[in-house]
Amino acid sequence: MSAVAFAPISARRRRVDKLARGGVALLTAVALVPLVLILYYLVKQGIGAISVRFFTTDPTGSFLGDPGGIKSAIVGTLLMVGLATVVAVPVGVGVAIWLVEFGRGSKLAHAVRYFIDVMTGVPSIVFGLFVYITLVLGGVGGSSFAGWKGSVALGLLMLPIVTRSAEVVLLLVPNALREASYALGAPRWRTVFRVVLPTALPGIVTGVLLAIARAAGETAPLLFTAAVVNATAFNYNDRMNSLPALIFQNVGQAQNRLVTIAWGAALTLVAMILMLTLLARLIQRRSRLS
Amino acid sequence: MSDPAPNALRRDVTPPEPIQPHESPVAPARPVARTVGAATPERLACAVTVERLNAWYGDQHSIKDLTLSFAPNRATALIGPSGSGKSTVVRCINRMHEEIPGARAGGRVLLDDHDVYGPGVDVVAVRRAIGMVFQKPNPFPTMSIFDNVAAGLRLTSRKVGHDQVERALRGAGLWEEVKDRLSKPGIGLSGGQQQRLCIARALAVEPDVLLMDEPASALDPISTLKIEELVEELKARVTIVIVTHNMQQAARVADETAFMLDGELVEVGPTEKIFTNPDDSRTEEYVTGKFG
Repeated sequence: MSAVAFAPISARRRRVDKLARGGVALLTAVALVPLVLILYYLVKQGIGAISVRFFTTDPTGSFLGDPGGIKSAIVGTLLMVGLATVVAVPVGVGVAIWLVEFGRGSKLAHAVRYFIDVMTGVPSIVFGLFVYITLVLGGVGGSSFAGWKGSVALGLLMLPIVTRSAEVVLLLVPNALREASYALGAPRWRTVFRVVLPTALPGIVTGVLLAIARAAGETAPLLFTAAVVNATAFNYNDRMNSLPALIFQNVGQAQNRLVTIAWGAALTLVAMILMLTLLARLIQRRSRLS
Repeated sequence: MSDPAPNALRRDVTPPEPIQPHESPVAPARPVARTVGAATPERLACAVTVERLNAWYGDQHSIKDLTLSFAPNRATALIGPSGSGKSTVVRCINRMHEEIPGARAGGRVLLDDHDVYGPGVDVVAVRRAIGMVFQKPNPFPTMSIFDNVAAGLRLTSRKVGHDQVERALRGAGLWEEVKDRLSKPGIGLSGGQQQRLCIARALAVEPDVLLMDEPASALDPISTLKIEELVEELKARVTIVIVTHNMQQAARVADETAFMLDGELVEVGPTEKIFTNPDDSRTEEYVTGKFG
């Protein structure tokens, strides 16, 4: 039997431990307060506006009478964000693949990465202005304000987010997997598509969702590219309404019913993004198990 | 050179089976002199000859004028202290060395009589003929056991049948353990099983040479033993080059052993001779544990 006695934890260490734990818990609580409050007010103020009619009719634009619903805004947001995603995601992921798998370490890659970082920091209204000057004022496509021009602005906004997040995830794919693939005689491009991308997929999806959520909530790039209208449009060359623009327009009105519409639209937007995230996670989990 | 055979490494010349030089009518007759445990091989594999190989990592000259040959259907061990260049030699044989940024190699590596570094040789074809197993098991995490074994064939755009996968898994001694869960993820296996899965993945492509870079150094003793037994069986189908820092392992599995020091070959010979009666005093000091 050895006679080693372990000293008990000193009172000082106990105190420091308690203090640190308490501090971290407090900070977490502080961070949660605004989050919970936002959700609480969103539901409290917005739930009153929600009805079947709210989703199935367009805004009327009348100040005193029936304000209508938000159908055109939902459709417009879905169409414009959808088009922007379809274009920006393949391009963004492609740039990331080039940066990580092919251009690694080259001067051009450094330059590209630098410009992407700059683009990430560009305020969203600048993208809107850019599209306004080049596409709207120029009347490209025979229209002034148009849905597809809104998509261009949103796509430009999404591109650096998608690229940056995909690049980080691709860099995390262990080199041992690439080597294993090369050692089997796989060409580089096939290694990228069959080994690297599937391994990085969950992370890439997360980045894409982040970009979509960001784009869906942007008002500034849409105000002078797709404009704000009442009628539902399915033609990308027409002016399109969007949820953030509708919220922006209604929330400043001196009419409680219109403000309620804005709250309802905000709640709808948050719910849409939440559903999209859940759906993507579900698909991802299912595809990984099989 | 009137011999058309060097083209065999060119993918555009013989697309479906890039390298089968031993089946080529012009392939030279090979001496079949065997001493240790020499059962008749199921399949005659290729000899590998390294001639005046030099390799660099940036400015660091890590392989210096190395000449060494590996007999077909035999296991040759490369031993030596850390940093002596054992792994680099192996990575030069299937041209994986050049995948590292800043790394380059010069000299000749012959697969039978075809230069792996010859002009116009397709790296992809080289790697299909010379398989590799790495130090740490690296199954593809997104793929099932079946898909991992099939990966080598699919990644080189060939069709995969169930029997090919079964044969490769049997070859790696893993079939009985995984036959009921082929659709489960490969990373769900134990470390030793994962390494045998990687061996099966390499075997599925039917290479002539299998390079093993410290294949058991991350494994427990029982898994190590299984890998060593496997090396003995695999000699019937492939030529094996095994890097190891474990001298007992070299003594157990290798027919021939080469001792390297500072990027140079000190001595090569039958394993028993290297371990009991080496010619060079440095070899003796190393195998008796005086340094390294």
